[in-house]
Amino acid sequence: MEVKELKLTGARILMEIFKEEGVDTVFGLIGAAVMDIFHELADTNIQHIMARHEQGAVHAADGYARARRSIGVCIVTSGPGATNTISGLASAYMDSIPMVVFTAQVPTSLIGNDAFQEVDIVGISRPCTKHNYLVRNIEDLARTVKEAFYIARSGRPGPVLVDIPKDIIQGKTSYHPLPTPSLKSYNPTYKPNIKQLKKAIGLIKDAKRPVMLAGGGVVLSSASKKITEFARRLIIPVTTSLMGLGAFPGTDDLWLGMLGMHGTYRANMAVGSCDLLIGIGVRFDDRVTGKIDTFAPHAKIIHIDIDPTSIRKNIQVTIPIVGDCKMALIELNRLLNEDGLVIDKEKTKPWLEQIDKWKSTAPLSYDQTDTIKPQYVIEKLYELSKGSAIVTTEVGQNQMWAAQYYHFDRPNSFITSGGLGCMGFGLPAAIGAQLARPDRLVVDIAGDGSIQMNIQEMATAVQFKLPVKIVILNNKYLGMVRQWQQLFYDKKYVSTDIDVAPDFVKLAEAYGAIGLRATRPEEVVPVLKKAIEAPEPVIMDFWVDREECVYPMVSAGGPITDMLLA
Amino acid sequence: MVEEKHTISLLVDNQPGVLSRISGMFSGRGYNIESLCVAATMDPLVSRITLVTRGDQLIIEQINKQLNKLVNVIKVHDLTQTDFVERQTALVKVRARPAQKAEILRLVDIFRCKVVDVSSTHYTVEVTGTDEKLEAFLDLIKPMGIKEIARTGAIALPRNKK
Repeated sequence: MEVKELKLTGARILMEIFKEEGVDTVFGLIGAAVMDIFHELADTNIQHIMARHEQGAVHAADGYARARRSIGVCIVTSGPGATNTISGLASAYMDSIPMVVFTAQVPTSLIGNDAFQEVDIVGISRPCTKHNYLVRNIEDLARTVKEAFYIARSGRPGPVLVDIPKDIIQGKTSYHPLPTPSLKSYNPTYKPNIKQLKKAIGLIKDAKRPVMLAGGGVVLSSASKKITEFARRLIIPVTTSLMGLGAFPGTDDLWLGMLGMHGTYRANMAVGSCDLLIGIGVRFDDRVTGKIDTFAPHAKIIHIDIDPTSIRKNIQVTIPIVGDCKMALIELNRLLNEDGLVIDKEKTKPWLEQIDKWKSTAPLSYDQTDTIKPQYVIEKLYELSKGSAIVTTEVGQNQMWAAQYYHFDRPNSFITSGGLGCMGFGLPAAIGAQLARPDRLVVDIAGDGSIQMNIQEMATAVQFKLPVKIVILNNKYLGMVRQWQQLFYDKKYVSTDIDVAPDFVKLAEAYGAIGLRATRPEEVVPVLKKAIEAPEPVIMDFWVDREECVYPMVSAGGPITDMLLA
Repeated sequence: MVEEKHTISLLVDNQPGVLSRISGMFSGRGYNIESLCVAATMDPLVSRITLVTRGDQLIIEQINKQLNKLVNVIKVHDLTQTDFVERQTALVKVRARPAQKAEILRLVDIFRCKVVDVSSTHYTVEVTGTDEKLEAFLDLIKPMGIKEIARTGAIALPRNKK
């Protein structure tokens, strides 16, 4: 009997691979070129979250990936659908978030013809993706998509874009599941060099004033427990970058607070005075280092990162270690056990006392007067949510206050556009996070400027019954730029006054969500309580002190120990 | 830090778009490509790119790492740290006045070049060698009047260990 080989369409092959890769939720927006994929998607168990703008879809996939410790998947149409993904791709690329974005393309016969809704998205997205593909033959589709998932997830994670022409989506070929690909040109290093680790232990033993700096890499490699064990055992104070918040418990005695431009005084001073800095999963971005020449000037530096290009890119290091953060920390903990190293508490005392002094010299603080202070809103949110919310942010003052005043004890709980600083990120990211973790309270801490950049996603939250809570710290300004104008541009508030804005309570109601407002300090707690208890999405409009600034602050390019405290 | 010229040899997937990934990495990060040569190797799936760039030690280190990071780059070999042979070729169309024909041919002979095209007014000379040799030849031939010139970038291979 002749066995007839089963042939599947390109769209169907995608669904098969989604199943193999464990994809249960995809974000996207339909369009003419892509409609066959959605047509097929409707017949699967995969949950499809329809956004209202492709940028929203990509940020939502990003938020989902972070909250779920998984991969985000997004499907959009050709042309403008594809170009609208760029900010989302660039943000995910800077923050190393695993994601696969599928864009439909005009049929292969029309490529290069300036066809309707044609754009060279592979060309456009090349510098803001980890890798990208244009599928030219249906025979290559399955292998390409498998590679895309593999590359997005492995090594230093990142977004991968796959552009699929409509005739390939519709075409048919035989399909056999493929194994996880191996590529001769792509082979990330996970296992750190043991000799380098031993040298690192040597430096740690000799250090009198050590500081550990954890970054997003610690969160991405799920190494929080290991770093906490390591720091506590050696009694090393820990600071993090913005992306590293939650990697180390924000309520621990060894916690220094965040480092950098809006870091705590004690974190910046500690790095300025330490004799050993252990950077793990960080890339020493300019917002962390300030002026390079004066960064950690007395310190030997150990730098562990999975991406060799991160090492010696911005700062010179004593011991470079390429590898996975978690594997490195497991090895370091093991070497410490082998060594039987016992920390002399008397030896560490002067350093910890010095740090305590810095802490009491300039703690994070504000004066709650008769207008609502934004910091107060976040402190109360922290108390009322018992520190257990997943917090997403927009970008600017709201983001910095969230980082300073919500103390993250757990990883994957602070979701922010760190590297790109993409306003409009928070609301869609909250939608993704809420889908990933239906059990958790998800709050987007927003400003009145950035919330308007993807406000259309309120409809998505309402449609899919996602009870995200949006805290708008409404100062009727593009606040961070206004702060710079106040401090460095003679208070000339050009183009930052956004007093003309919608009524956010009415806007929430127009979308079918709940809108609440607080204009006086005593209204803050009742509004937060009501919102947290509500089963619906809620927009809270807090009218905060218009000219409150984020402190401490280091001016751009200045030494991080040179801080404006108020 | 001192800027140095580096000749880097790459093996890459022979696929559309690979060259723009490499040139895009250079332009996006503000590095400079002085010359670039691309052709398939004996394996039709693999191309060799020879590129010449310039930078201080840290920039060269980043260039090597960033090239390695590109998914389609199979191997990066910075030849400057090893013993290697390098060649370039130029085609030079030089004005051949009757009085100067002998001098041109003498130079062609000294530099072991070849005349590959002759007309009543011009010679086209093929010259192959290192950058220095090409520059020396061009300096001498320039006064005769160069009408057109086409130059390849450098190609290079490491010397075999003896």
